[in-house]
Amino acid sequence: MRIDEKGERIPLTIADFDAQKGTITLIFQEIGKTTKLLGLLKEGDRILDFMGPLGNPTKIEKYGRVVCIGGGVGVASIPLKAKALGEAGNEVISIIGARTKELLILEEELQKISDELYITTDDGSKGHHGFVTDILKKLIDERKNIDLVVTVGPVIMMKAVANVTRPHNIRTIASLNPIMVDGTGMCGSCRVRVDGRTQFTCVDGPEFDAHRVDFDHLMTRLQRYLTEEKLSLERGVGKDDV
Amino acid sequence: MTFRIPMPEQDPEKRIQNFGEVALGYSADQAVSEAKRCLQCSEPGCIKGCPVGVDIPDFIECIKEGNFDEAIRIVRQKNHLPAICGRVCPHENQCEKFCLLGKKGESVSIGKLERFVADYERQKGFKISSKPTSTGKKVAVVGSGPAGITVSADLAKLGHGVTLFEALHAPGGVLIYGIPEFRLPKEIVRAEIDCIKKFGVSIKTGVVIGKTISLDELLEEFDAVFVGSGAGLPRWMDIPGEDLCGVYSANEFLTRINLMGAYLFPEYDTPIREGKKVAVVGGGNVAMDSARAALRLGANEVCILYRRTEKEMTARQEEIEHAREEGIKFKFLTLPTKILGDEKGWVKKIECVLMELGEPDKSGRRKPLIIKNSEFTIDVDTVIVAIGQSPNPLISRTTEGLQVTERGTLVVDGNGMTSKEGVFAGGDIVSGAATVIESMGAGKLAARAIHEHISQK
Ligand SMILES: Cc1cc2nc3c(=O)[nH]c(=O)nc-3n(C[C@H](O)[C@H](O)[C@H](O)COP(=O)(O)OP(=O)(O)OC[C@H]3O[C@@H](n4cnc5c(N)ncnc54)[C@H](O)[C@@H]3O)c2cc1C
Ligand SMILES: Cc1cc2nc3c(=O)[nH]c(=O)nc-3n(C[C@H](O)[C@H](O)[C@H](O)COP(=O)(O)OP(=O)(O)OC[C@H]3O[C@@H](n4cnc5c(N)ncnc54)[C@H](O)[C@@H]3O)c2cc1C
Ligand code: SF4
Ligand code: FES
Repeated sequence: MRIDEKGERIPLTIADFDAQKGTITLIFQEIGKTTKLLGLLKEGDRILDFMGPLGNPTKIEKYGRVVCIGGGVGVASIPLKAKALGEAGNEVISIIGARTKELLILEEELQKISDELYITTDDGSKGHHGFVTDILKKLIDERKNIDLVVTVGPVIMMKAVANVTRPHNIRTIASLNPIMVDGTGMCGSCRVRVDGRTQFTCVDGPEFDAHRVDFDHLMTRLQRYLTEEKLSLERGVGKDDV
Repeated sequence: MTFRIPMPEQDPEKRIQNFGEVALGYSADQAVSEAKRCLQCSEPGCIKGCPVGVDIPDFIECIKEGNFDEAIRIVRQKNHLPAICGRVCPHENQCEKFCLLGKKGESVSIGKLERFVADYERQKGFKISSKPTSTGKKVAVVGSGPAGITVSADLAKLGHGVTLFEALHAPGGVLIYGIPEFRLPKEIVRAEIDCIKKFGVSIKTGVVIGKTISLDELLEEFDAVFVGSGAGLPRWMDIPGEDLCGVYSANEFLTRINLMGAYLFPEYDTPIREGKKVAVVGGGNVAMDSARAALRLGANEVCILYRRTEKEMTARQEEIEHAREEGIKFKFLTLPTKILGDEKGWVKKIECVLMELGEPDKSGRRKPLIIKNSEFTIDVDTVIVAIGQSPNPLISRTTEGLQVTERGTLVVDGNGMTSKEGVFAGGDIVSGAATVIESMGAGKLAARAIHEHISQK
């Protein structure tokens, strides 16, 4: 989506939708200029451009026991996946984590659609004091048979999840979040390395086999515009922006 | 022997600091003087050289007489986008190549005259003749590049209801996201688009066919579909280091600048890295545009690396000349083999080898061969890969029954119809990356065929 004439195009996950009302739900974290501007919008305001849905939908099948792991704002894309997986006859265990209690989202929704829900916070203000991977490790030790792990969140977390499941040969799917421009496969800004090959997240993804993704490379490429992003934010939200 | 009237241009020193148009256009007097050079041949070669067959001697004659309104009317009979073609067509390979005057000296500046009358018309304000009566037929056009624009305009003029779908937020295709402001001001593209809206074409942006709506869904709602989705998929060299930070596809680089306005960052929100030492790989228009845009962003040194020689470069001659005047360096017979990065993952150097030309290949150009032990490196902080584009497979992947070639282009018959009944295609999606005017030519052909197809139904 693009918020105004001078705005950047940014990708957001469709967290929920209501076909009858013709609405979609987006959940975003105000981290930079565009998301801050988005946060300033009031009910009834307009977003200039919106395009989607893009990418490939999650493959929903009966796998057996599935663990869905969301971190930070990545939790936004968990409920739709968890719900569909549950409806397909899977046992769904959700683990969500955040830096601190206030940043936890969708707890209630996930409680309803998951067979089990675990919460972790980095600072221990709610749930387990530590990382989502702590819970995952425990689950793996306790009940050997986990058939699929789905993970969305900060790259460092997805990398950690992949490292935990790799020795156990548990199929793990990560939803990647590289910097995008067009979202149609035209620019290659979103390219990631999977199995040593270049893939475009916007058309080939966003979900990839986490054991084959080069997460360090993704982390590096996410830093490409740090200086500019800081400048943009420091410049603040100008009068002409709203 | 007379020489061409040169077109006034921005001084190179000054223009590399702005994104304003380089060539400033003829004055009326200059245009008339240039028009007077035309011999009005009885068997003019120029018309044959023009892919859409503009009546060149006729419109030039009108300019000579000072009747610019009639001149543009003649051009528009065959060409919907004269202000654009006058600026970006490779005239030296088309009409001007066959101009009699060119055999001994300098051909008539046909492209510049075309631009002159189109600009004259735009400044005066377009006149739209009354809308035709509606036929009740509906056509969907996918992609708003020159092919899609041409099909839309032609069909709308015949009274068909046309809906034009564009994936990006702004219509125009490469004309908007690829070709930079200093060569083709976006104002002009927008004016042309406004023109087709006045014919009654409805434009829907932000719709990705194959994702938002499938092609088959379009077929249910429309009597015919035209696919003009272009060749937007960047090609890579497949060498180590191409994923480093600071390596761009030309598409990303130019899209950030042109479509997103990154050259006006931070006023516009989309960032771009302002490289100081930039290497651009490739020898076509896309490479020239990237190099000259990098220079305007503030690079100290921009170097074009091309594996063949100047003679084989596919860029328009004018662009090569302009790039040279602006201080862009050319390294011919040079093939990058590796991009090297620093510990943080940013580009530092590019390693290349030297080439020599061997026997001609399929394209008739002599095939470059690597010279052994000729490796050398160049220090750079930005690399832009401009070695070509392939068709975007989004539509063919999500549509059953569309026949595709090995190169990913769509297969069409002599009328531009694909292997799927009622689905037509043209432009870069069929030919592979080509030119604006060839895409328009394909659009014209398809428009005629679509008209016949739906009129029979
Ligand atoms: C497929 C996908 C789904 C996403 N879903 C969500 C979501 O549901 N909710 C949510 O809050 N965020 C989501 N994000 C991240 C979101 O796009 C970024 O937070 C947003 O672009 C930040 O823009 P900004 O101007 O506010 O911040 P900036 O200051 O511009 O950037 C902050 C950080 O955001 C990332 N970012 C910046 N620009 C882009 C861009 N054009 N494309 C991708 N990442 C960028 C970079 O890591 C950057 O360092 C998603 C990203 C992807 C790729
Ligand atoms: C940087 C650059 C410089 C060039 N310079 C010149 C020049 O000087 N002279 C010249 O003659 N030619 C030049 N060319 C080539 C010329 O621009 C192309 O040949 C021409 O634009 C092709 O037209 P088209 O209509 O086939 O496609 P395009 O112009 O590529 O337009 C296709 C459109 O379709 C849209 N689209 C794609 N997929 C979908 C989908 N699934 N759903 C909806 N919309 C979709 C795209 O977003 C795009 O807007 C240049 C090309 C580039 C990239
Ligand atoms: S070939 Fe040249 S001189 Fe002859 S009619 Fe065409 S433009 Fe004029
Ligand atoms: S965002 Fe441009 S190719 Fe994926």
